[in-house]
Amino acid sequence: MPVEIDIEHVARLARLALTDEEKRRLREQLGLILEHAAKVGEVAAAEVPPTAHTIPRSNVFRPDEPKLSLAHDEALANAPQEEEGRFRVPRLVEME
Amino acid sequence: MALCDLTATDLAAMLRAGEVTATELTSSALERLEAVDARVHAFLTVTDEAARARATEIDTRLAAGEGLSALAGIPLAVKDVFTTKGVRTTCGSKILENYVPPYDSTAWSRLDAAGAVMVGKASMDEFAMGSSNENCAFGPVHNPWNLDTVPGGSSGGSAAAVAAGEAVWAIGSDTGGSVRQPASLCGVVGFKPTYGRISRYGLIAFASSLDHVATFTRSVRDAATLLSILAGHDPMDATCVEDPVPDYAAALDAPIEGLCVGVVEQALGEGVQTEVRDAVRAAVDRLSRLGADIGEVSLPHADYALSAYYVIAPSEASSNLARYDGVRYGFRAPGSDSVEMMAETRGAGFGPEVKRRIMLGTYALSAGYCEAYYGQAQKVRTLVIRDYSEAFERFDVLVSPTSPTTAFRIGEKVDDPLAMYLSDVFTIPANLAGVPAVSVPCGVDAQGLPIGLQFTANALDEPMLLRAAHSFEQDFGFSERPPLLASLV
Repeated sequence: MPVEIDIEHVARLARLALTDEEKRRLREQLGLILEHAAKVGEVAAAEVPPTAHTIPRSNVFRPDEPKLSLAHDEALANAPQEEEGRFRVPRLVEME
Repeated sequence: MALCDLTATDLAAMLRAGEVTATELTSSALERLEAVDARVHAFLTVTDEAARARATEIDTRLAAGEGLSALAGIPLAVKDVFTTKGVRTTCGSKILENYVPPYDSTAWSRLDAAGAVMVGKASMDEFAMGSSNENCAFGPVHNPWNLDTVPGGSSGGSAAAVAAGEAVWAIGSDTGGSVRQPASLCGVVGFKPTYGRISRYGLIAFASSLDHVATFTRSVRDAATLLSILAGHDPMDATCVEDPVPDYAAALDAPIEGLCVGVVEQALGEGVQTEVRDAVRAAVDRLSRLGADIGEVSLPHADYALSAYYVIAPSEASSNLARYDGVRYGFRAPGSDSVEMMAETRGAGFGPEVKRRIMLGTYALSAGYCEAYYGQAQKVRTLVIRDYSEAFERFDVLVSPTSPTTAFRIGEKVDDPLAMYLSDVFTIPANLAGVPAVSVPCGVDAQGLPIGLQFTANALDEPMLLRAAHSFEQDFGFSERPPLLASLV
């Protein structure tokens, strides 16, 4: 059975503005895709450990040596909007 | 045939012998690009000036008697998923339409340092999500073998460029088959080495536990040459393995007598185009004649691999793509506050497939569903890896079709995401397990469209993998060419 999902809620979590038409299509398509994806649940795997990465590596460190990083102007070169050497964004919080 | 239609190995020998110059090679590829790309659309950005300048530099260095790498002076296409300093990198997306990276990916910088001539940035499905290249925000790529069909995806531009002679070889990325499947559909060699073998620094992330740097070439030997330069540890990528890099081209010519080849049972079953099945059977007979011991092998969890992939890949993508928020780079849509700006930016900047996967992944990772989907998929992944481990106790390499079908028509599967996802059913397991796999041409169907044969080997056993594929390739001698090229002078 196709899976029922709360598109509005998921779109809010994903920070994705969708049109009504997109929501309608996604509700239908995701339901079918998730029905297929849910097949993973048919495999008895209670005792099986999960694999996150095929080559198990952990605590990969490098020597802590100071190095030059990206120059200020290079870091800002792709900014949609900048001001006084910073990224400018619409307000985040209400001002007094 | 023009210079741009030869293998890199042959061209490198001609360059060393003074029979051609890098400038001539580069002109040959750029002239071909000029002649066909208005129909093929393999490139999003052409870097002809830089290519010619590089070729001149290589010619000067060769004339001065400098010893250069095997890939110096050979025209290369770079999938637009690799950051290239100062050269626009779109990832096939409107959200990065005008993005000019301030740094080089490690893969490109290694090739650059070795003297490669980049002719341009190749088209791709947006954020490497797709199997037909129809998800590119800047229009589809057309398969040089039949312009009404898809080149496969997501590295469709790179595959088409090599097939059409617009580049001699190319680099791409393979997350679920994104190099091997288009290589199969375009009649070239597509090679994905072991997970972690090539650094992914600067490879724009899609699904980090599945993303691989991979190559398109005209021969297995060319693939070995490219890997020898690309492979090796990189401190900028913590997932890059530190194992020594062998000389991959050295062992290619050893005979395959006694090599144990496992034919993947499921791969010759339902849902596989008859001609594909027949071509793979004929290939297996050929391997047997070459002295290989053939047996059947079952990968019992292969049926679940696709489902696991379509949980894991979108989940990781939904997290990786959170960075496209209109703040530091890329497209920004207006909004009255930052949250609205971000949602509007992402809504207007991403195409339908990317939105679909972000939504899928966000759902699969959300509270209450994470264990049932992502957690369970990771366990299935363990079982897929165990299937391979058992198979490689008995066999040196496994063979299957690369893709269940040859190239399909543009538009055919665009409205049916599940049908599209099935294109990768034979390539996905190698990404889940991180094992190396290569697709080599093994025939054409009744429409003259190429068929690919996939070899898979155990982790880090690229020498064995390439030896088997090379042996088949040399004996088979695929000689068909895209009809498009016959129409050129």
